[in-house]
Amino acid sequence: MTTQFFGAPVKRNEDRRLLTGQALFVDDVELPGMLHVAFLRSQVAHARIKSIDVAKARARPGVVAVYTADDLGAYWQPGPLLVPPPPIAGIVFHQRTQVPLAKDKVRHVGEPLAVVVAESRYLAEDALEDIDVDLEMLPVVVDIEAALDASSICVHDDLASNVSAHVRQTKGGDIRRAVANAHTIIKRRFRYEHGISSPIETRGVVANWEPRAAQMTIWDTTQAPVFVRNGLAAMLGLGERQVRVIVPFVGGGFGPKIMMFYPEEVVLPWISMRLNRPVKWIEDRLEHFFATTHERGQIHDAEMALDADGRILGIKDVFLHDAGAYDPYGLTVPINSQCTLLGPYVVPAYDSTFTAVFTNLPIVTPYRGAGRQHGVFVMERLLDLAAHELAIDPADIRRRNLIPADAFPYNNEIIYQDFQPLSYDSGNYEPVLDMALDAIGYAAFADEQKRARDSGKHLGIGVACYVEGTGIGPYEGARVQIQANGKVSVATGIGTQGQGHFTSFAQIVADQLGVDVTDVDIVTGDTDRFYWGAGTFASRGAVVAGNAIHAASLAVRHKALKLASDAFECAEDDLVLADGRISIVGIPEKFIRLGDLAQRANPMRGAVKPGTEPGLESTQYFGPPGGATANGVHAMIVEMDAETFDLKILKYVVVHDCGTVINPMILAGQIHGGVAQGIGNAFFEKLSFDDQGQLLNASLADYLLPTVLDVPRMELSHTVTPSPLNRLGIKGAGEAGAIPVGPLFAQAIESALGLKEKRVELLEIPLSPSRLFDLMQVRA
Amino acid sequence: MPPERHDIELRVNGTTYRRSVEARLLLSDFIRHDLLLAGMHVGCEHGVCGACTVLLDGIPVRSCLMFAVQSNAHDITTVEGLATPDGALHPVQQAMHEHHGLQCGYCTPGVLMTMTAYLQDNPSPSEDEVRDALSGNLCRCTGYQNIVDAMMAAAATMREDAP
Repeated sequence: MTTQFFGAPVKRNEDRRLLTGQALFVDDVELPGMLHVAFLRSQVAHARIKSIDVAKARARPGVVAVYTADDLGAYWQPGPLLVPPPPIAGIVFHQRTQVPLAKDKVRHVGEPLAVVVAESRYLAEDALEDIDVDLEMLPVVVDIEAALDASSICVHDDLASNVSAHVRQTKGGDIRRAVANAHTIIKRRFRYEHGISSPIETRGVVANWEPRAAQMTIWDTTQAPVFVRNGLAAMLGLGERQVRVIVPFVGGGFGPKIMMFYPEEVVLPWISMRLNRPVKWIEDRLEHFFATTHERGQIHDAEMALDADGRILGIKDVFLHDAGAYDPYGLTVPINSQCTLLGPYVVPAYDSTFTAVFTNLPIVTPYRGAGRQHGVFVMERLLDLAAHELAIDPADIRRRNLIPADAFPYNNEIIYQDFQPLSYDSGNYEPVLDMALDAIGYAAFADEQKRARDSGKHLGIGVACYVEGTGIGPYEGARVQIQANGKVSVATGIGTQGQGHFTSFAQIVADQLGVDVTDVDIVTGDTDRFYWGAGTFASRGAVVAGNAIHAASLAVRHKALKLASDAFECAEDDLVLADGRISIVGIPEKFIRLGDLAQRANPMRGAVKPGTEPGLESTQYFGPPGGATANGVHAMIVEMDAETFDLKILKYVVVHDCGTVINPMILAGQIHGGVAQGIGNAFFEKLSFDDQGQLLNASLADYLLPTVLDVPRMELSHTVTPSPLNRLGIKGAGEAGAIPVGPLFAQAIESALGLKEKRVELLEIPLSPSRLFDLMQVRA
Repeated sequence: MPPERHDIELRVNGTTYRRSVEARLLLSDFIRHDLLLAGMHVGCEHGVCGACTVLLDGIPVRSCLMFAVQSNAHDITTVEGLATPDGALHPVQQAMHEHHGLQCGYCTPGVLMTMTAYLQDNPSPSEDEVRDALSGNLCRCTGYQNIVDAMMAAAATMREDAP
């Protein structure tokens, strides 16, 4: 019997350890002699440091050491640039990356000033109170428009302004020509803010320098262990083989855990080497609100030109992007906004310019969606406004502009975050829209809305479309090995934060090697188990690592069949690989178990033939030529209370196409979680800063993550348009659920409250009952 | 001045522990780092996320909002105490596996403890009641839908298993 695992809703291999409390997370690492670290963080957003006096802290019993930037000596260096600016003509980019401990200036609340090492975390935090910091306060840059005034103080003194970057990309020639013959031009200002990822596990680092072995081991919640290993080895003056980065189970990431180097990642290993002791730092929730990166706001001045039939002629967009105090992640977030705005639509002419702005706020790096939401919001809102202006149905105006199925690959010409032209590999968009409209009951909704309205209920509907560039390079690799016990060991360089890699990757292997999915043991994110790789980001794990694992499995399969054909003295075609054994076709009793074959591949005696390798093992790599573009449509019906603006989601539909599906159960989970975060972004989560750069709601009691009462049941369906860019035909799915939820809320709320008639336009996210109240008051 | 310490004796998952603890030591830190029962996780340390939920004399409590000294003479159950000694999963654990009710698994121990206690109190809950019972546990990965499904299934199993 042969089971096909690929494509099946296989239950997860990793669940048992997690359900019984046996999975190792970073804070579970306990080492003899371990010391604990607490950081003194700036309580103000912008100030010059005059002095830091740590003498009293050093004298406190239980405190082992206290360090400031001066103690780091030559080790003190600004962090690396993760992603250099893309090759776009005329690009301006000022690289200013974060530092391990603030030296001359603090540039955001939460920036570390000093670090205390003590026998316990309690004692370390006690000693923070003993440190005396003398600061000269400076004006604070919070507003991204005011930041560009000539009179504004600069976040970085050596720059002439607060411009972090300036990028213009165009498509289809002169926008003015495209717009000249327009029937209608819609022009608005949009504000979109994204929040913090806030995984339930915060960040953490344990570093253990073992002087006798001259080995550094680091347990880290990072999403990019290989880069962390390479960077730290260089900084610490060690060989890369002397540094091992282990990413154990990680309690959610969603983007910010890929940022590097966080100050704590740099400082902890240095302390461990200096003291010859293991050291641990676990971020507390308050720290997480400042010390882990955010995604925040953009302001778009966008205009769309259309013909009389509602077909887009061109779009011009000029936007500001809040980069925060430093820009270590380059331009990934605003480039994603710029590119993803185009969505699944034919846009003949596009002229998009953005300015990324330094502010005295925490650093902005990608968080699930990574700027895509901002762009999608602008496009979807422009279409809604145009539909209203032209008296076209909102779903219909979308349909009229969809890229036709025969137009793929579809090249949007501009440069994407992976430095490749923004080209959609494959897609078939109209059936996805049809399925979503059908599932939400679009045709019948107008009557339903009217009936409900007659009985005093306010129902509204929304439909939003999006594409998602996924599965970008550079590459990932994997080693697949059949062990003597017949089980298969797989190692890959990416880390995992709950995406089910221990199962979906095992499914790929199990089919190729004829073993049960539970007989495949996956190791992710341990640089001593697999040396090479990039990381888990941009919805790329399944696509890139998945295809590397597939290639390595195929190579091992060929090795095993070759060895068995030699043993049986028969052709490979006469062999069957299934149920953990290789047998001869038609003679099932004539077989050899894979484990025995693995032992035979590593003999004690006899010559191994030249050109062969021992063992049933292979290491393979996969690098896609470009990203695979997934797409989808979300639709929602809400009921609004017209007085309190309380919102209840009555029905939520997702139709999605991410190519070939490895595990539909895991895929559904990714979509559910993405939508929940999208709902949080749209209606609950707002980082409220005052004009001094202080975050006013830095607790989970005040910054509201959606609870089970806020997230509705979702109805999911899929179409399958395989990617031609990889052998498995898969596209990424990690971020899709989160991307179109903002415009969906805006549209559905407008529909429910009849805002078009009231001439109230929802041009911003996040919304909330109180914000809706304010907007209605302004109008009234 | 040396910190004030207290001798405490408590039972955790059926085992009796005697320890001397600092007055300010959180119960969550005590269970995780002194008793080395690290299955329960700490998410916020201000009583909102529910990840650190354990049972104190059968009642769910947030261990980050209690001091270790307050657990003196009490009986605690953590996630490590849910499966039977021979490794058979509790119906709530099994249902979470069957329904893909966990992704990163970090909030899961808290969800398990909250809901095992709840389903004992209310063996036949409606979906709305399950959602209400779960509303004090934050999960950032799953969107809750599969957790709710798992709890409805677990309730059914527990009803069948009940004598």
